[in-house]
Amino acid sequence: MTAPMPLPGELDLSVGPLPDGVDSLSDTRVATPADGAERIGVYVCHCGSNIAATVDVEAVRDWAAEKLGARGVVVARDYQFMCASTGQELIQKDIEELGLTRVVVAACSPHMHEKTFRTACDKAGLNPFLCELVSIREQVSWVHTDRAAATAKAKAVIAGGVLRVVEDAPLEPLHVPIHPATLVVGGGIAGISAALEIADAGYPVHLVEREPSIGGHMAQFDKTFPTLDCSACILTPKMVTAGSHENITLHTWSEVTDVKGYVGNFTVTIKHKARFIVEDLCTGCGICVEKCPKKVVDEVYEAGLGYRKVVYTPFPQAVPKYPVIDALNCTFFDNGKCKACEKFCPTGAIDFTQKDEEVTVEVGNIILATGFELFDSRRIEQYGYGRLPNVFTSLEFERMSNAAGPTNGRLVLRDGVTEPKAVGIIHCVGSRDRNYNSYCSAICCMQSLKFAHLVREHTDATVYEFYIDIRAPGKAFDEFYQRVLEEGTLFVRGRVAEVTDAVRFPDEAAEDGRLIVQVEDTLANSQRRIPVDMVVLSAGLEPPHDAKETARLFGISCSSDGWVIERHPKLDPVATMTDGVFAAGCALGPRDIPTSVSNGAAASARILGRIQKGEMELEPVRASVDESRCSGCRICNDLCPYNAIVFHDDRMVTEVNAALCQGCGTCIAACPAGAISGTGFSDAQIFSQIEGLLMVTSSGRMRSDEVQEAVTA
Amino acid sequence: MTETIHAGGPAATHSAVEAGGTFEPVIIGFTCNWCSYRAADLAGTSRMKYPPNVRLIRLMCSGRLDPSFVLAAFAEGADAVMVSGCWPGECHYMEQNYKMLRRFLLLRRVIVAMGIEPTRLQLLWASAAEGQRFAKEVGRIVEEVRAIGPLGWNDAGRDVPADVRRDFSALEREEAAAIAAEAASPPEAPPHVIPALSEPGITAEVTA
Repeated sequence: MTAPMPLPGELDLSVGPLPDGVDSLSDTRVATPADGAERIGVYVCHCGSNIAATVDVEAVRDWAAEKLGARGVVVARDYQFMCASTGQELIQKDIEELGLTRVVVAACSPHMHEKTFRTACDKAGLNPFLCELVSIREQVSWVHTDRAAATAKAKAVIAGGVLRVVEDAPLEPLHVPIHPATLVVGGGIAGISAALEIADAGYPVHLVEREPSIGGHMAQFDKTFPTLDCSACILTPKMVTAGSHENITLHTWSEVTDVKGYVGNFTVTIKHKARFIVEDLCTGCGICVEKCPKKVVDEVYEAGLGYRKVVYTPFPQAVPKYPVIDALNCTFFDNGKCKACEKFCPTGAIDFTQKDEEVTVEVGNIILATGFELFDSRRIEQYGYGRLPNVFTSLEFERMSNAAGPTNGRLVLRDGVTEPKAVGIIHCVGSRDRNYNSYCSAICCMQSLKFAHLVREHTDATVYEFYIDIRAPGKAFDEFYQRVLEEGTLFVRGRVAEVTDAVRFPDEAAEDGRLIVQVEDTLANSQRRIPVDMVVLSAGLEPPHDAKETARLFGISCSSDGWVIERHPKLDPVATMTDGVFAAGCALGPRDIPTSVSNGAAASARILGRIQKGEMELEPVRASVDESRCSGCRICNDLCPYNAIVFHDDRMVTEVNAALCQGCGTCIAACPAGAISGTGFSDAQIFSQIEGLLMVTSSGRMRSDEVQEAVTA
Repeated sequence: MTETIHAGGPAATHSAVEAGGTFEPVIIGFTCNWCSYRAADLAGTSRMKYPPNVRLIRLMCSGRLDPSFVLAAFAEGADAVMVSGCWPGECHYMEQNYKMLRRFLLLRRVIVAMGIEPTRLQLLWASAAEGQRFAKEVGRIVEEVRAIGPLGWNDAGRDVPADVRRDFSALEREEAAAIAAEAASPPEAPPHVIPALSEPGITAEVTA
């Protein structure tokens, strides 16, 4: 805290040379400071016209100088953009020249620029925690239309800030060490990219994947749009590097079951599900898979189109190479017989007695790359998936067109032999549809165009694309669209009403099993019934079914759809609200491969910066106990979910461990003796803010003035 | 409950009502830093419109809500108080909103016992994604409070400038003197007034 500067006898209204870009300060109002009192500066931001259009900022400024002068306001200014460097310089100049001891900025939400203004104060020598940012944009100008009422509310909000700032205490940020290891949850392309960036920089990474192999959805694809790169060819090297990297510990066939701690110091429990294979002995030779007598439908990797053995690696390029025994389907676990794998294993690596194991790791930061699940097309009954055999999902199509897939890359109907003569691709299945998901799944347009191209490449079939809009905003996306147009794909604009095998008109020369797509062609303004042999549903992306549990486990928030909420959708797109927990890839919402990769890299860059610094600053919002007032009643003891409250039996008093305390304040509110106080949100601060907020009536006048008039009237 | 309770002295602060305008309540809203304050932010960034009667106070968690904050708000002139936090099960601090809920339910019984309508203390769950819900619910709360009218607790209260504040000490002195005088010479008992018989259903008016 800077000591108040001695003021000259006559307060000079000119404040010296103006910062660059500031033409005049005719809007300055300076009140006479009271002796020994706090000197508060109030700064009202126009935010261009964002605030000024709805709030009369000049009136608010004058009012603050006049009415809050008695509360310590010595200067009130308004400015076009307080957050601009010129705006910040205004504050700094006043701190230095007028000896301000507190600052109130009325502008946007504290979540937007609190840090900006605190830093500005800090640079001018004022403790950053003596600056309050009150929101007159998100909570006033943007949500109200009546100018007089909005101006009145802005005055009240500023009065709340001014009274509160007086009670602010100068604080020092807490420093916490950052553990150099990082946890990456999800081994898809986003998680792999993130893990490799951190591992290449020389820091340890724990990569957790629920399936037996890393690779994620990308490992299932055949080609990637719009370049038509072979998906496996570009992914496999990354998987191998991640699998063999000295700094990466793979935890496949594993799930995170518990997360404790806080940024820099998380303790994470990972459950290794039993593989029934001793990894140290297994060489990955694959003899067990070959000898296993039982096959089941592979619902995960082959999307239900193919089979796998009961002991299996999901795909040949799997990383790690160790197989997994599917205990649910294994004959031995069913009736105690078989053990073919054990008999033939050359290294004796099969162990039917293996149990799930839990390991605990210490990490400093976490990246969630938990990806997506495909929308279940069965939910749209009129499209017939699951009922009409030749309706396929996009993932089934991916597997079918993959040369290593169940049909060896041949595009055939469900009978496995017939090549389709006409294929209909339906866009926006489960997306942009308020009955299912109202968001756009971002990748389906390009994926559907890729399908059209692949059908034309593999067969002579006619291809129809049933679309609402073609969204091709990425690099070389529209060029790819033009290419598919030129290849002769037929585009029908309109949402498909139904896919059916029922003939309605005699001229619908429907052969057995032929499908008819009923669609309103909105460009031709007519209903059309288009016969096809195969329908591909370009299903949308949904958050994993357990996204809410994941969010709860890691203490982050999800949108109502289930996607992870970013700290800021534009300016902080890979951080979450919880410090130390980042997200990448489709966990944040539908996105394509390049975006997922850049997300992973961005999240790891954020983390690497912290690791290299070795420690980070935390907001000192913490509870503490005044032992002299603590009666030892222990009411607070059970309220802390972080076990930060400890009771000293010897002294019969409670203490709060500042390192574990997260600053929620529940114990402060509960203490009957008022022995617990909270920095940043103390009782005095909140009571003062209540008083300030209520100093102004809904008509924008001082409540005391109105009372006085009423009494004297 | 449709009856309006005027708990305070002269209903002075609501000059708009006297001037024939609509009553604009002032409502204090307590929000948590993680869900409901962000819902309010989201309502702003999405430019949703809601009435300007609610003034927000940001706490780190709804669990920080000390019941005395609510009573202080009433005492300072708020017509209603809105308490808002993350949905149950979605608390940023795991479960602290449940602890707020316990206090909230108790506190509501207390204020009802004090003669304040329960409408004046409202609970709103809002996740960080529910800007729309926040705006809509604030609109509803404002309408409900508008319908029951001002509370006016503060009207004879602390914000009255000292020079116009009713001198209760003088009143107390007068009262004390009256009591002392009464004790010295008990006055004659006033004549007992028998209320006039009235028709059933009509309350008798008693005039002193």
